[in-house]
Amino acid sequence: MKLTLKIWRQKNAGTKGSFKTYQMDDVSPKMAFLEMLDALNKKLVEEGSDPVAFDHDCREGICGSCGMYINGHPHGPVPAITTCHLSMRYFKDGETVWIEPWRAKPFPVIKDLIVDRSAFDKIQIAGGFISVNTGAAPEANSILVQKRNSDEAFDSAICVGCGACVAACKNASAMLFVSAKISQFALLPQGRIEAKQRVRAMVDKMDELGFGNCSNTGACEAECPKEIKLTNIARLNREFYKAF
Amino acid sequence: MSKILFSSITKKFVMALAGLFLLTFLPVHLFINLMLLKSESEPFNTAAHFMATFPLIKIMEIVLFGAIIIHISWGIFLQIQNWFARPVGYVSRNKSEVSFFSKFMIWTGAIILTFLIIHWFNFYFVKIGLVKGNPEDFYGMAHSLFKIPVYNIIYLTCFALLGFHLFHAFYSAFQTLGLNHRIWSPVIKIVALVYAILIPAGFAIIPITLWFFR
Repeated sequence: MKLTLKIWRQKNAGTKGSFKTYQMDDVSPKMAFLEMLDALNKKLVEEGSDPVAFDHDCREGICGSCGMYINGHPHGPVPAITTCHLSMRYFKDGETVWIEPWRAKPFPVIKDLIVDRSAFDKIQIAGGFISVNTGAAPEANSILVQKRNSDEAFDSAICVGCGACVAACKNASAMLFVSAKISQFALLPQGRIEAKQRVRAMVDKMDELGFGNCSNTGACEAECPKEIKLTNIARLNREFYKAF
Repeated sequence: MSKILFSSITKKFVMALAGLFLLTFLPVHLFINLMLLKSESEPFNTAAHFMATFPLIKIMEIVLFGAIIIHISWGIFLQIQNWFARPVGYVSRNKSEVSFFSKFMIWTGAIILTFLIIHWFNFYFVKIGLVKGNPEDFYGMAHSLFKIPVYNIIYLTCFALLGFHLFHAFYSAFQTLGLNHRIWSPVIKIVALVYAILIPAGFAIIPITLWFFR
């Protein structure tokens, strides 16, 4: 398969970037998207050029580091997967593929397709935890949890913090991420104890970092590789009002 | 506490409440406007006179203007913040599956505001004496306006856009207020669609009838 790649190249945070065009003539439909970028980088290194910098770690869809904006979709055109799970069979021979980094003020570009997502860490540090003494594992049945709540908490906790929600949102809002992190605690008795402080601290931090405001368009939900639901945002709003 | 009052969620909450209040005003306005379809002017002019003079309505008018000012100013402020949140945009157009009308709320809102200003010049400013006209004959003034084709086209376009704005606004306000429910949220969406069609259609019937059938 022949592809034309238009990739955002930017030396570092302080310099201006631009799109560079690369021709790939021997892409197999069996390749993973990141493998295709590896092949491009191999070619670039052999030519003595600077390889394309992109973030990746587990390549199993669980670390959330491989985010990039491909042809108008975070993580590419296939729903509910991360870029590392994206296969080249979803692209057509002769297609032009635009690859851009996440675009949001709180996610500045470090190099090429790599952005600094530490803003998410800052939000987590602000309140995304419970205060318990560490030590031996407590007896599992000492605090009973309703099955439905436990399932919903788990569905929220699977957010990998990749930033696709921010990347997809027309307002660069981080509400889906924050709502997932709030929900995973709010639904469990252990999380209720510090619920008020948590939601205030995390929303304050989110606002302070310069993320946009949610306008309920639903792009975040549509693009989330872990299918985090918009119902989490309604829960975040409820938790916030309860914290007054 | 001050951080909570000025947080993004509080701003959205206030905007949603103000918007929901404005949603309750539209059917009242429509009910009175439908009297324009009667061949005699008295029912409409009496209703308009009642709206202009009844003390409770006068108080509600202040609340209404408050809601309009809050909804518009917060809407503009939040939109500017949203633009600042993405200083460098994408080259490839976003293809995420989203509610179509939700993407253009600021623009449909801006057009509705423009229409509102024209509307105030035509009627409200006459009522308070800022613009010349007869505040006791809004029926005659409305009928003469609906004889102007350009005005009718602007009127109908603005109400179509109001419908787009209302559809997203209606169900989105409930989500902002935290009211999301497995069964009731889809029902609210259907009610929003019905409301967003019926209200603008009700307003549109008046110029269409007067323009083509009278």
